[in-house]
Amino acid sequence: MIDPSQGLDDRVDLLIADGRIARWGRDLQAPESAETVDLAPDCVISPGFVDLHAHLREPGGEHKETIASGARAAAAGGFTSVCAMPNTDPPIDDPAAVGFVRAEGMRAGAARVYPVAAATVGSQGTQMTEIGELVQAGAVAVTDDGRPIASSKIMRRLLEYTQTFGIPVLSHAEELALSGNGVMNEGLISTTLGLQGIPNAAEDVMVARDVILAGLTAGHVHICHVSTQGAVELIRAAKARGVNVTAEVTPHHLTLTDEAVQGYRTECKVNPPLRSRADVEAVRAALVEGVIDCVATDHAPHHYEEKEREFDDAPFGVVGLETALGVSLKVLVEPGLLDLAGLIDRLACRPARIVPLPEGTGTLAAGAPGDVTVFDPTKRTRVRPERFHSRSRNTPFAGWELPGVVLLTIVGGRVVHRGEAQG
Amino acid sequence: MSAAIGFGKDLIGLEHLTAEQIRTILDVAEPFKEVSERAIKKVPALRGKTIVNLFFEPSTRTRVSFEFAEKRLSADTVNIAAMGSSVVKGETLVDTARNLEAMRIDMVVIRHSSSGAARFLAERIPSNVINAGDGQHEHPTQALLDLLTVRDRLGRIEGVRVCIAGDILHSRVARSNIWGLLKLGAEVAVCGPPTLVPPGIHELGVCVFRRLEEAIEWADVLNVLRLQLERMEAGYIPSLREYNRHFGITSARLGRAPRDILILHPGPMNRGVEIDSDVADGPHSVILHQVTNGVAVRMAVLYLLAGGAPERAEAAKRGTGDES
Repeated sequence: MIDPSQGLDDRVDLLIADGRIARWGRDLQAPESAETVDLAPDCVISPGFVDLHAHLREPGGEHKETIASGARAAAAGGFTSVCAMPNTDPPIDDPAAVGFVRAEGMRAGAARVYPVAAATVGSQGTQMTEIGELVQAGAVAVTDDGRPIASSKIMRRLLEYTQTFGIPVLSHAEELALSGNGVMNEGLISTTLGLQGIPNAAEDVMVARDVILAGLTAGHVHICHVSTQGAVELIRAAKARGVNVTAEVTPHHLTLTDEAVQGYRTECKVNPPLRSRADVEAVRAALVEGVIDCVATDHAPHHYEEKEREFDDAPFGVVGLETALGVSLKVLVEPGLLDLAGLIDRLACRPARIVPLPEGTGTLAAGAPGDVTVFDPTKRTRVRPERFHSRSRNTPFAGWELPGVVLLTIVGGRVVHRGEAQG
Repeated sequence: MSAAIGFGKDLIGLEHLTAEQIRTILDVAEPFKEVSERAIKKVPALRGKTIVNLFFEPSTRTRVSFEFAEKRLSADTVNIAAMGSSVVKGETLVDTARNLEAMRIDMVVIRHSSSGAARFLAERIPSNVINAGDGQHEHPTQALLDLLTVRDRLGRIEGVRVCIAGDILHSRVARSNIWGLLKLGAEVAVCGPPTLVPPGIHELGVCVFRRLEEAIEWADVLNVLRLQLERMEAGYIPSLREYNRHFGITSARLGRAPRDILILHPGPMNRGVEIDSDVADGPHSVILHQVTNGVAVRMAVLYLLAGGAPERAEAAKRGTGDES
């Protein structure tokens, strides 16, 4: 059992009772009524993973994903909590919509679904949503993700206003005037493919603005899907001067470069785009160093037909919930950048502290919610998109052999996913 | 192209062809030049083949050139002008292709506004696909006819200094030319306003000139690209007038060149913008020679893709090498 929140890495038993962590220790006596699971020596018991960034597409995009299918995909990937992005159709910008996402999440009975609400009405970037009401209805953060908050004035107001309610503003940092009609990273590959590029500067400029405004207001800005070396430097400097900024990075930005786009592979079309080798190295190092706080999937399902077209016309986004653990193990743990405790910290403990989730989320301390992930980090499997629980298959990792099999995902003491090895 | 000489099924671009393959196409084009000079401009090499010219973007020169090449090889041709992208049209590119395929065709010549569209199609249908220009990616037959024209006029390509001038960023002609020229041993430069020179281009082994005067001093050949009016509207350049004054090919600029410079232009020209009329119509211009060569090069590509053997092109031209 590895729980970085308690500095624990030991061979112990864990008892869950009444939906909560009862206790852990060596050779625990299980009550007679308890269901017991014997684990192989290589298996790891971890606090349930927390994904700060997933697009569950409901309402409006049910052909791509529903809250239920997304919550099941999350559970299959070892996530016990998932934050649902509000850029649906219509956007989640009123308390009723937040309530709908919460209710659908509960009905799904898989991973816990926490709604993130739109930061501005209709995500139009002009008028703040009723953030107090939204938080009361269950929103854990606000964002216009999918697009940036273009107005610096609105961003300032958001960073001020959210402080009353203790939630961060999740920033999709993109200067649209610089990204324009770009469809991939700007560089040699975009030049040879003849595709319009998105320069690193499109992200860097906005991250610079966001950390400056967070400094001005003392508000909490969380930078989504960091993809550039420049953004890493800006976040590092901002943290050093005490700015309230946190950041996430996706498994695909930790792994792939713009070379993956060659052949016009629409399953590698994602925003922010896959960057250069130097950027990949920089975001990996930043995650290890703590400049980037956590891994988040930016799970962005799209229907097969939407991706099966000319590169310019295909939508941005990749699915990630069911490959996040394997990819992270492969690119972070196997090369020795992080140990297992370090990865669990960034998949479970740290993200749980960025948004106001229920007390005890991201830890296995006694009394915490019984949200547990059990995985075998040594077992390897091939990524088979046709077996995804997600409704969509748009992964750049199809056919990859990845380490890490999720054996059990437990939410509130109830098993919501059982991996193959457990039958 | 036929497996025997190591081509694939399609011609998507010059990036992935070898120097040898490019030379083969140019060599095969030589005997076909003469066909267009005859009173009866027809040989039977592609008799019985069905070719669809699928144009999603307006084109006169390239489409007509392909059509002449096809007809002079006795192929049956159909032209489809499907304006706008597949999304606008409502039917996907894949469905369009499959419907054509169901009518039992042999080749598709495709022009499309999206980079990668030709390859997308080629990967999904068994017919031969020829890229007649995809977005800002490649326009291989244009580069081949440029190469043939340079070789006709200078007797060689290796060691020749070619500068591509103008809007490199948005130009598929530039990209195909760069690949073809580099593979055949030419020295390649580009020159244009820095807003229209794509990032990373020097990594391909291409020299970048900031000022046209320096390019003219250096070059044996200038390939002048069309400047589209939209570029001014999109803010890449301040005005067409300024473009002409600083980046236009004028006889005054050419007059200061240390040697005769061959002037190429893929057309259609904006006279008075990227090229002045006295240059376009002057003694160094080989623009109409390019157009003539276009038909021969396209005949060569069609012939090879249909499985014609390079060494039999001469016989095919006489009408005795009909293998189909």
